[in-house]
Amino acid sequence: MSCIDDVFKKKRKKALIAYVTVGYPSIEATIKVVPMLAESGCDIVELGIPFSDPMADGATIQQASFCARQNGTTPKHCIELVRQLRQEVSIPLVFMTYYNPVFKYGIEKFCCDSVEAGVNGIIVPDMPPDEGFELETISHKQGLDLIYLLAPTSTAERIEMVVRRSRGFIYLVSVTGTTGARESLTTDLGELVTGIKKKTSKPICVGFGISTPQQAEQVASVADGVIVGSQIIKLMQAKDNFKSVCGFVKELRQAIDRAWSS
Amino acid sequence: MQPDKKGYFGEYGGRFVPETLIPVLDELEANYRVLKNDAAFWGEFESLSRDYSGRPTPLYDAEGMTGHCGGARIFLKREDLAHTGAHKINNALGQGLLARKMGKRRIIAETGAGQHGVATAAVCAKLGLKCIVYMGEEDVRRQALNVFRMKLMGAEVKTVCGGSRTLKDAINEAIRDWVTNARDSHYLLGSVVGPSPYPRMVRDFQSIIGKEARKQIKDKTGRLPDYIVACVGGGSNAIGIYHPFLKDEEIRLIGVEAAGKGLKSGMHAATLVAGSTGILHGTRSYLLQDKEGQIKQTHSISAGLDYPGVGPEHSFLKDSGRVKYVAVDDGQALEGFRLLCRTEGIMPAMESAHAIYYAAKLAGSLNRDEIIVINLSGRGDKDIDIVAEAMGAGL
Repeated sequence: MSCIDDVFKKKRKKALIAYVTVGYPSIEATIKVVPMLAESGCDIVELGIPFSDPMADGATIQQASFCARQNGTTPKHCIELVRQLRQEVSIPLVFMTYYNPVFKYGIEKFCCDSVEAGVNGIIVPDMPPDEGFELETISHKQGLDLIYLLAPTSTAERIEMVVRRSRGFIYLVSVTGTTGARESLTTDLGELVTGIKKKTSKPICVGFGISTPQQAEQVASVADGVIVGSQIIKLMQAKDNFKSVCGFVKELRQAIDRAWSS
Repeated sequence: MQPDKKGYFGEYGGRFVPETLIPVLDELEANYRVLKNDAAFWGEFESLSRDYSGRPTPLYDAEGMTGHCGGARIFLKREDLAHTGAHKINNALGQGLLARKMGKRRIIAETGAGQHGVATAAVCAKLGLKCIVYMGEEDVRRQALNVFRMKLMGAEVKTVCGGSRTLKDAINEAIRDWVTNARDSHYLLGSVVGPSPYPRMVRDFQSIIGKEARKQIKDKTGRLPDYIVACVGGGSNAIGIYHPFLKDEEIRLIGVEAAGKGLKSGMHAATLVAGSTGILHGTRSYLLQDKEGQIKQTHSISAGLDYPGVGPEHSFLKDSGRVKYVAVDDGQALEGFRLLCRTEGIMPAMESAHAIYYAAKLAGSLNRDEIIVINLSGRGDKDIDIVAEAMGAGL
């Protein structure tokens, strides 16, 4: 059983997953904020390795990626950062990045170095399972969970493939679109999750567009976990020692726990 | 050649896109597979190619340029005379008809030089489809004429301010729109790049260039050419003319990329000449990238070649040795531009001017009984401001 599986075995609550772009606004900031996110109630943190052409991301994460790259953040730095974070953070850490930086680093070496530093999983939004055999085989061998995504457009056949092959959890994209805050989520989210649940007992976490405790509560009432990214990035812009971001995470935590107990 | 069932040409191609788009690509591929064998569809494509686009475009015996170069006989495939001024109309028309068949009423496109945007805007106006064109801020500036042409034909032009503000970023933004509106929108991608089935589908629509050229050169000279030269950005005009000649091993095919301010300067767009394998915009192909796998900024005097990727079939053709890829810099391309203006009274697009320059040098080194066909992929009116600026002439 992987470290990520453990999160979902704790039946007392649903998972809160936060996303931050490594190196935004600085590497030091990432080192500082991740333990604070964990303390404020996050169960898993996704660490975004910045890429020059983030086609699945909306304006907020594009801007954060751009800024992180201006700061000189490389995949090597991201791996090194996890090694450092591991001195104080025990929750699962998952890399989120596009395929090219991994490919260029060398798939085998990337998986090996990541695991060795203490990374538990990896999400690659531009690599569907159809193209994922190589990374899947290698990451599995190294003990890194390769998390695949499902979308509202996924057909029954694709849902079956993804639930069979995704490890750790299944990342369900809540909207057809890019990352970023939205006023409303897919109206048939409950139906979507129920449909997937019929085919798997693996946990389903929902992300893209979730930016308020109300939305988090709504999602948590149907799914196993809630993923929040862009809103966290936005709140990190406040120069308040991450007070507002931690406050926001605590609110999310309460909202999600409320959904669970009700 | 045909790609394998996962859309690979050898090790290049595939579908590296978010999950949301995979079912959309499946739908596109299924529809295209049916239409590929639908005589009525191709009948309409051919009829509109003739009456709307003005095909077949002439194969012109360029005696003036031939005389100037003093060697091989040069023919120009006159895609510059196609409706909207470039070969881009072939693909826009084909995909426009396909989108209409699929019931998609909203068309998304990206454009660099603006030629694909103009072609798409025209086809959408003709077929009654809504048209949104993404264009980098830098390209909007240097191709103002085309921006206005698109607007006149009813397209909405969206300026992209992210990244390098050129074609690459316009594609990113078009993909983001597509992911968001996949159910009712068709992404009318303008080159042989992107996820499968685009590289093959765009090639099929563009190979009309080579089919015509093959017949025309035989009619005019009684034989096939010795060389075919075309410029390569994403590579659609080049694939279009090469394709019907790929099996004729004795014909040398040459692709001319943009060396910008010189290969050593790092400011260029010579993906096949100076790049390495990677994944961008949904496909595995040669790329211009740094050692961390970040996509590099490119530079070319011609907006249409200013792209860090290239079609996967070109990558395959490079590795197999079937096509030779070379690079021509900004200054040389300008020389090619002026050469064709003066020897033939034809103003080539700056993209095509790269091929003109290389072919002119090549012709001079060959015998008079050899034949070169150059794909003159577009006309140069859109580039007048850039040429004037580069020559230091005020307009």
